[in-house]
Amino acid sequence: MSWVVILTLAAVSYALKAVGVVLLGSARLRGRAVDVVGLLPPALLAALVAVQTFSDAQRVVLDARAAGLAFAGLAVWRRLPFAVVVVGAAVVTALVRWIA
Amino acid sequence: MESRTDPLRAGILIGVTVGLVGITFGVLARSAGLSVAKACTMSLLVFTGASQFAAVGVVGSGGSALAALGAAVLLAARNTLYGPVVGRAVRGPLWSRLVQSQLVIDESAGLAAAQPDARSARRGFLAAGLGVFAFWNLGTLLGALGGDVLGDTDRFGLDAAFPACFLALLAPHLRTLPGRVAALLAGAIAVLAIPFVPVGVPILLGALAIVPAGALRSHRRTTAMGEAPEGEDGS
Repeated sequence: MSWVVILTLAAVSYALKAVGVVLLGSARLRGRAVDVVGLLPPALLAALVAVQTFSDAQRVVLDARAAGLAFAGLAVWRRLPFAVVVVGAAVVTALVRWIA
Repeated sequence: MESRTDPLRAGILIGVTVGLVGITFGVLARSAGLSVAKACTMSLLVFTGASQFAAVGVVGSGGSALAALGAAVLLAARNTLYGPVVGRAVRGPLWSRLVQSQLVIDESAGLAAAQPDARSARRGFLAAGLGVFAFWNLGTLLGALGGDVLGDTDRFGLDAAFPACFLALLAPHLRTLPGRVAALLAGAIAVLAIPFVPVGVPILLGALAIVPAGALRSHRRTTAMGEAPEGEDGS
């Protein structure tokens, strides 16, 4: 990967962040707009969870990560500490991989 | 109802976790043919993990520079959507907000969004943003320098630590029906889209779930206002 590609990616990535913060960050949204935009966090977080658990590039896969996520789900439901959720999910995934 | 973690502690913990993933990035970048300087420059200046992995992955698997750039930019586009999410957390004069913009990533937006008020949202944003920035770059350097020794970090289940983080951050949003609808629909759309669109796009498509879920929320808000004065739906 050339320096031109890396620096272009850096410039575009930063611009995308700054546009969001400066132009959309102080936007006074009301009514229906708040209803819609306020739901961005659950939608994006859930999409990230789904994609990072069940994808391998462009394939849908069910592997050891699903076991880790199942543990995380259980831990979140039981209201265990954040560290237990995250480290536990990694350990369960590693164990399943080690056994398989 | 939801368990509140102290945003500072959560931010540092997220930072350490991401730092370990940064080691993975350093290793992968080297194996895709990038120099240590290029790997570290990416982590410093691009600073959005998924895009970096996508770019390096495409190049490593023989894709063109344009394909690598395309996948990475599409993934980075979600950081724009985080603008309204972190709006209450990123304060100060324009130059200061421009500097803080570099810290807008999944983790900082997620932790900011999970806080009950603007003050802790700001703490959460900065803790996660700076924590991840420090450890991500340190991890990249270590991985790029000595990655050959460590081998495949997936063996330690690190790839599952990410979705687990996001799931923990997602939980408080599932208290309301529109929140649950948005999450379920977004997850389903994203998974269904995986085989059909380039890497990174499923997450953006999943975000479309806010349209029907938002309509449901508006409907419930107006209905509740019509029937009872305390029509509060949480957010």
